[in-house]
Amino acid sequence: MNTSVSVKDLTLKFGAITVLDKLNLDIKDGEFLVLLGSSGCGKSTLLNCIAGLLEPTDGQIFIKNHNVTWEEPKDRGIGMVFQSYALYPQMTVEKNLSFGLRISGMDKAEIDKRVARASEILQIGPLLQRKPAALSGGQRQRVAIGRALVRDVDVFLFDEPLSNLDAKLRSELRVEIKRLHQNLKNTMIYVTHDQIEALTLADRIAIMRSGLIQQLDDPMTIYNEPKNLYVAGFIGSPAMNFFKGEIASVDGRPAFVTNGVTFMLDGYRAKGPLQPGTKAVLGLRPEHISVDGPETVNTHQAVVEIEEPMGADNLIWLKHAGQSMSVRIGGNRRYSPGAQVKLAYDMSLASLFDAESELRI
Amino acid sequence: MADQATLNTVAAAADASSGSLSGPRGNRPRPIFSTRNIVLYGTLGLAAIYYLVPLYVMVVTSLKSMPEIRMGNIFSPPVEITFEPWVKAWAQACTGLNCDGLSRGFGNSVRITIPSVIISILIASINGYALANWRFKGMETFFTVLVIGAFIPYQVMIYPIVIVLREMGIYGTLSGLIIVHTIFGMPILTLLFRNYFASLPEELFKAARVDGAGFWNIYFRIMLPMSLPIFVVAMIIQITGIWNDFLFGVVFTRPEYYPMTVQLNNIVNSVQGVKEYNVNMAATILTGLVPLIVYFVSGKLFVRGIAAGAVKG
Repeated sequence: MNTSVSVKDLTLKFGAITVLDKLNLDIKDGEFLVLLGSSGCGKSTLLNCIAGLLEPTDGQIFIKNHNVTWEEPKDRGIGMVFQSYALYPQMTVEKNLSFGLRISGMDKAEIDKRVARASEILQIGPLLQRKPAALSGGQRQRVAIGRALVRDVDVFLFDEPLSNLDAKLRSELRVEIKRLHQNLKNTMIYVTHDQIEALTLADRIAIMRSGLIQQLDDPMTIYNEPKNLYVAGFIGSPAMNFFKGEIASVDGRPAFVTNGVTFMLDGYRAKGPLQPGTKAVLGLRPEHISVDGPETVNTHQAVVEIEEPMGADNLIWLKHAGQSMSVRIGGNRRYSPGAQVKLAYDMSLASLFDAESELRI
Repeated sequence: MADQATLNTVAAAADASSGSLSGPRGNRPRPIFSTRNIVLYGTLGLAAIYYLVPLYVMVVTSLKSMPEIRMGNIFSPPVEITFEPWVKAWAQACTGLNCDGLSRGFGNSVRITIPSVIISILIASINGYALANWRFKGMETFFTVLVIGAFIPYQVMIYPIVIVLREMGIYGTLSGLIIVHTIFGMPILTLLFRNYFASLPEELFKAARVDGAGFWNIYFRIMLPMSLPIFVVAMIIQITGIWNDFLFGVVFTRPEYYPMTVQLNNIVNSVQGVKEYNVNMAATILTGLVPLIVYFVSGKLFVRGIAAGAVKG
């Protein structure tokens, strides 16, 4: 696979504030990469640097093995879709789509051909003569994608394109973007703070925090084997349950002890030998804990505090090992507060972190 | 929402069962002569009278003949309406040796106002656009200097400008005055345009750049079509400001180029002969007519433009 976009040692400073710090990133040809992070982590800034809308303080950007660090946005072979759609309000949809092409002095017949193709792909044919104000949010974002489409670019950049839409439209357009990527096979870089979007769309996810990439992996790896405590807490909703304690050895087998409760670590794939006495954090996802199931080496008693039925699922909050934890069970299994339950854990899906370095062990 | 609706239905059902259907319902009636209304309309009415009475006196006086004015009741409507003073103010009133009325001053004012307004707005809008959307070296300094410029009293600059214009050889000419008006409009107009352009979504500008539009393409094709309200505001500020200007007109031009305001002053303040109040009133109204018409025509856009700038930036 060839690299499509390559970022080398990219640094960006606004005065004394370092937004991006020697960031390196290689994106394969045809890959769908999602930059995920909470607001202010530098993900949009990175996208703007790739687009050429911000000048980096240091570092290089390559697109198709061509150094574009000093190039204008229009010469980089990119199309960009913005959160607020950014459609030109005084132009019709057709003029919006063709604006860039008209400026570059393209042949009228070719422009018409490309607009027709884009409007067919996105099914916006009937809207071509309307102004943006007469469109719904979903239609506007489709036109904005079309504007990138007609330019026939190598790389699509999406800056939180679905954040302004309501939940239903968001999931519809999410599927459409995925379909678009499957059909076009372009490289796409997609910025979002929504982990569902990231997990469903991405070939690989880059989780960012304060200008650094914390983990760059495919969605399942990120979900199952988070590299550090931050990623583990960021991905997953409801969030992972964390227990602070230390590694111990019970009958010669590794275990984790917190507040007098012992979790046997049978089945956990550790990166190296687990040293007894190490201060550690155990992470258990709510969906990897079973309630009132068959007995295992780790069967604990706990008391139900609160129940949150969500239709398909039922989330119950329990008091266990001196802290509150959540467990996700089937929507038809109900527990009332105060009920005694038996918990069992699938340790092959658990995560263990060093308490000091916060890295996975 | 659904819960609220259900609650209301339940409440209504309870009301119906207890027989209180005749209770308060819908809009609460408000008495016309409440304290609130008296204070509100009283204040508004007083303010309106305060501003309208002088105008009324002027219009009424300008339609009276001199003997009727000498009878002394300035509030009474004219017994015999005459347009003689208006004709005289426009075409016959004397200033110095010329006796062709305000018409010449009107022509001068038009020839001063139109180019000044167009040039100053054009330059200021481009300045504002560059300051709001493009990063360039020295941009902060440039902007600070402009803002400070807005606060320096005009009087300080008059004499230096006279010298500059004299050295350029355009002192006393219309073009000299046009340049002065353009320069003095610059700080406030640039500020106005910068704030307006800064309030437009930044992503539009970015999208246009990705589409390949440069400085001028973005200005003319994206920014200008979105900025009608602020252009109207700038036009109103400039037209009324330049039309009503007296100081620059009297300092920087020769008598044959005097704008209407200066000529009005010369007519009203002439010391020879009888004071013709009716002619003076007519001349004053004629001079104020242009700004008045501008306000009436563009009032709605003016409010919208001010509000648009006020929300953000």
